[in-house]
Amino acid sequence: MAEKKFKETRSYETIMNGLWRDHPIFSMVLGICSALAVSNTLQNAIAMGAGVTFVLVATATLISLLRKLIPRRVRMITYMVMIASFVIIVDLFLQAFFPDISASIGPYVGLIITNCIIMGRAEAFSSQNPLGLSILDALSNGIAYTYTLATVAVIREVLGFGTLLGYQVTPEGWTNWVVMAMAPGAFFVVALFIWISRTLTGIETD
Amino acid sequence: MLVNLVMVFIAAILTHNVALTYLLGMCPFISLSKSLRTAAGMGTAVIFVVTLTAIINWPIYNLILVPTGTELIYYIVFIIVIAATVQLVEMLMERFFPVLQVAFGIFLPLITVNCTVLAVSLFMVIRNYDYVTSVVFAFGSAVGWIVAIVIVAAINEKLKLIGDIPSGLKGPGIVFVIAGILALAFLGFTGVANV
Repeated sequence: MAEKKFKETRSYETIMNGLWRDHPIFSMVLGICSALAVSNTLQNAIAMGAGVTFVLVATATLISLLRKLIPRRVRMITYMVMIASFVIIVDLFLQAFFPDISASIGPYVGLIITNCIIMGRAEAFSSQNPLGLSILDALSNGIAYTYTLATVAVIREVLGFGTLLGYQVTPEGWTNWVVMAMAPGAFFVVALFIWISRTLTGIETD
Repeated sequence: MLVNLVMVFIAAILTHNVALTYLLGMCPFISLSKSLRTAAGMGTAVIFVVTLTAIINWPIYNLILVPTGTELIYYIVFIIVIAATVQLVEMLMERFFPVLQVAFGIFLPLITVNCTVLAVSLFMVIRNYDYVTSVVFAFGSAVGWIVAIVIVAAINEKLKLIGDIPSGLKGPGIVFVIAGILALAFLGFTGVANV
């Protein structure tokens, strides 16, 4: 029996869909709230990305294992409670080990609960697929979310604060683009990103 | 006291707009700002649910969770209250106000995942508002959200008539650009009121 090439397996398919083709932020436009709000510095973006990835993988594992036991009618509320429990873990972890980050992203950690990526993957993928694939899917979506957040954050932090992870990177006499650190900057950078990635991938909406 | 309440209300709409300053409730913002009608429908439903959940969540947090020392689980409690409220409102509306049900009933199930609802409850806890202030704040935030989405939807509708948007920017892209410009405009209100 000839072994299938890795490129033809479902795992590869799942990973590629998560990382690029069905990119959660650009092509599906999900999980935007937190992507905009915490991408003002790279540190916040990485913390948020790690938090979301953890919650994604944890809920995917649990939901995939329990997928035959959860009655369809109450599945939404069940997912919500699972997600909320894991978010509490993330919140307490940040408060205990990274109090600075916890203070600066504050309520947005709680809002991971309503991040549609998590609910979306739970509903569309892990409630119907075996454990291994579900974890792969969750992981690739989480990584895609994190690298997007980090890229937006690099642009916003360098232009808005003149720093990167807290270190000065801009030359002497640099004037901070204050607007980049605030809400409008987030909108513009994300708009630019969507424009570029949609042009590259050829996705169009009317 | 009254001045304080008015200040909280104005701040929630103009200077600390939940959509344009805190960037919340963006998922429905993107998907529903194609037409003015749906934007207004969703906005009305949001006002209703946000205010109602704040009215319910405040006593639950301050009278049940805090005295029993279980503040830790407030995320779970809040999200269940929100989901239950949405369900209840939907059922009551179907039974008693079928007209309203037709007007914005379809938006209700979507509200559970609208971060504005949860965020307003979380802000209310973080800022230690008293009961009346919380309710006024929740109402103001929701009004702020509807103001933002209606303006963006209206601009978006007009823009479609002129056409000529680059194909990659169509849909969500252009909504972000409009929202960004609007957020810039709202920066002009800075200093009018503070939270």
